[in-house]
Amino acid sequence: MDELEQVLGLYISESRELLDEMESLLLNLEQEEDKNESLSGIFRAAHTIKGSAGIFSLDDVVNFTHGVESLLDKMRDGKIKPNTELTSLLLNCKDHISLLIDNVEHKTSQTKYDELNGKALLQTLTTMGELGSTDTTQEQPIVSTQITATAAVERVNSPEVTSDNWHISVRYHPDSFRFGMDPLAILRYLATLGKIESITTLFPNFPSAFEMDPETCYLGYEINFNSQADKLEIEGAFEFIRDDSQVHILPPSSCISDYIALIKALPEQDFQLGEILVQSGSLTPNELEYALGLQRDLKSQSINMPLGSIVVNNGLTPQPVLESAIVKQNQIREVKTIEIQSIRVDAEKLDQLINLVGELVIAGASSSLHSQHSGDRILIESFSILTRLVEEVRDAALQLRMVQIGVTFNRFQRVVRDVAKELGKDIELVITGAETELDKTVVEKISDPLMHLVRNSMDHGIEAPDVRMEKQKPPKGRLCLNAYHDSGMIVIEVSDDGAGLNHEKILKKAQDRGLIKDGEAIDIKEINNLIFEPGFSTADAVTNLSGRGVGMDVVKRNITALRGTVEVQSAFGKGAIFSIRLPLTLATIEGFLVEIENSSFVIPLNMVLECVELNETNSDINANCQQSYINLRGEVLPFIRLRRMFNLGGNTPNRENVIVVSYLGSKVGLAVDKLVGEFQTVIKPLGNIFSHIQGISGSTVLGSGEVALILDVPSLVQKILTIESAKAVYSQV
Amino acid sequence: MLTFAQTEKGCIARIEGPMTINNAMELKNQFISALRASQDLELDLAAVTDIDTAGLQLLIMAKQQQIFVQHNLTLIHHSKTVFEAFEILGLVSWFNDPIVITRQ
Repeated sequence: MDELEQVLGLYISESRELLDEMESLLLNLEQEEDKNESLSGIFRAAHTIKGSAGIFSLDDVVNFTHGVESLLDKMRDGKIKPNTELTSLLLNCKDHISLLIDNVEHKTSQTKYDELNGKALLQTLTTMGELGSTDTTQEQPIVSTQITATAAVERVNSPEVTSDNWHISVRYHPDSFRFGMDPLAILRYLATLGKIESITTLFPNFPSAFEMDPETCYLGYEINFNSQADKLEIEGAFEFIRDDSQVHILPPSSCISDYIALIKALPEQDFQLGEILVQSGSLTPNELEYALGLQRDLKSQSINMPLGSIVVNNGLTPQPVLESAIVKQNQIREVKTIEIQSIRVDAEKLDQLINLVGELVIAGASSSLHSQHSGDRILIESFSILTRLVEEVRDAALQLRMVQIGVTFNRFQRVVRDVAKELGKDIELVITGAETELDKTVVEKISDPLMHLVRNSMDHGIEAPDVRMEKQKPPKGRLCLNAYHDSGMIVIEVSDDGAGLNHEKILKKAQDRGLIKDGEAIDIKEINNLIFEPGFSTADAVTNLSGRGVGMDVVKRNITALRGTVEVQSAFGKGAIFSIRLPLTLATIEGFLVEIENSSFVIPLNMVLECVELNETNSDINANCQQSYINLRGEVLPFIRLRRMFNLGGNTPNRENVIVVSYLGSKVGLAVDKLVGEFQTVIKPLGNIFSHIQGISGSTVLGSGEVALILDVPSLVQKILTIESAKAVYSQV
Repeated sequence: MLTFAQTEKGCIARIEGPMTINNAMELKNQFISALRASQDLELDLAAVTDIDTAGLQLLIMAKQQQIFVQHNLTLIHHSKTVFEAFEILGLVSWFNDPIVITRQ
């Protein structure tokens, strides 16, 4: 990746951040008492995006954002009062900028539709600006493409040339070839910036064949060039030859006086060059006549207009303007950095750090073990300090990946606003627990399922205002997003005060589809879970948003892939709560280390309830049976022998231990040979080959260098419970 | 590398290999001899592998010289790279030679 790409990448991510900020400010705008601060924030965001886009010559972005900025400027000055309509418009504009930035990232250009949409938005912006503005001296938002080249330039009093193309005159220095310059290469490059409409190669000083030196350059060109590039970019093509050659670049629609200056500056006869300009289409014959006339006039009046001043007055040298823009840009950027107080780190580097810290933890554990064996007190002492520090470093490193879920939640403000409008419902979004932290990768992956649940709640759950009134509910529906930590997991709840799930309907549908048999007893929890079946939909009408029978199964699958679960609780007529439980992070685990035969296993500590000894009096033990029960203080606890489950062989020791684990309220026992103790470790994912193995979720390396497998408790619990119920059914028969 | 051959119809000069600043000096001398040799010279460019502006200048020189002494110079069998260079510089009409444009 070259440097420009990197800087551009930075610009893209920065712009996205600014756009997010802009959106949340816009959404809050209506509620706020003092709107000035928000408006300044919104303006600043647009301004920064536009400014940086200018530096990268992203014309689409510059043009569009400029329109937005003009309107925002007026709003900021109080000339236009913010209202709902304006907010919607600006939100749409924000989306369009987002789209443009996406295009920059994927190096695609706007589709015709997007382009039209952008134009329509700009038009509306202008109209809004004019309607709302009380100021009579209205400035039209500049929609032309050559902002960097033509803006902020005063023109001398002479008519403009009608041509839409650039005119470029080049006279090469005789030594150009000797400096390694090939004019052909430069033209090839120029052709990538636009279309060379016409080119005239000139060699007025070409000597006779005998005098000609083949290593001397005698050429010059007049080019009529059609391009959306800005002047800086076009100048860039001639950068290497400018010092010793003559290059004149006239922007489209330059003044005739510019052409006069050009004609004067070039070595050819005035008339000859004028002809060429006409031929190449840069000037019309009338314009040429006017120009030559004007030139004669100036000469006859012996007005000595210095060439330099003409040039500067006519915007031939926009660099100072541009430079000051860049300086200003940098100032804004510096201020911004101080505000956020954070730095951007490549996720890959962070992963590398966490990986290294993981290795450090393992190496530390190993060294600590050896120090224990040596019996050297001082060594043991110093290692205990080291171990503590390493653990702190590990925690801090893992903390780096933790982000608050609030950012994800806030995105839904917009979704709720838009969808509610579309559905003709009045819905407010209540967010709680926004400060709950979880791993960034989890946050990213949960966003889609969450979106689906939110849309689902709005579409199916919350009723239309009139229906709500009939049911004696407030017309405004409530959608809540809540997050909290619960025994080492994060719980995200999407709840609404809508209609809730219609059990009868679901049951009927399930029977129709043959998912359950007639007369089969099924509890409410199971009924609710039916909605996660593939292709299951109880929607009466298929809407834009949902009801096509796709989705909930996908939601469930996505969440399961994150080692999480989703369940639904519902009270008919009152609302529904969807709860998603997810591990906080995919990278670390507090484990309980156990041994069976010579193998080590880690059980996630947050799921361990207690350890009990297995003896004959309290259980139905059959050593050959994979599964049995024990009597746990009068409770029946199903348990499974991991030895048999994983086919480890060997003999069951006299004393077995049972670890009681709980998952989602179900308790089961796991029988093992030996308990080792608590153990903290970094999870290493299993390779693809092992991905199908049930009951194992990952691996880790012990201090001794041995590999320990991490047990996948949810799947084990489920497995035991299904065997249990199967047995129960079997024994009944 | 310029080779020169006299046929019944006239003279044909054939250029093989690159026409660039690197061999411009050498080529120029070969050109001068070829130009002197015949009133009707055909210049076969089919085997030109690479051409830069210096090479183009040699062709311009040749053409101008022949115009000057009222001899004929026809460029034939432009290779792809020559044709592309002519197009970029807008010189196709200046040389005014028949060019066979092959389908890409």
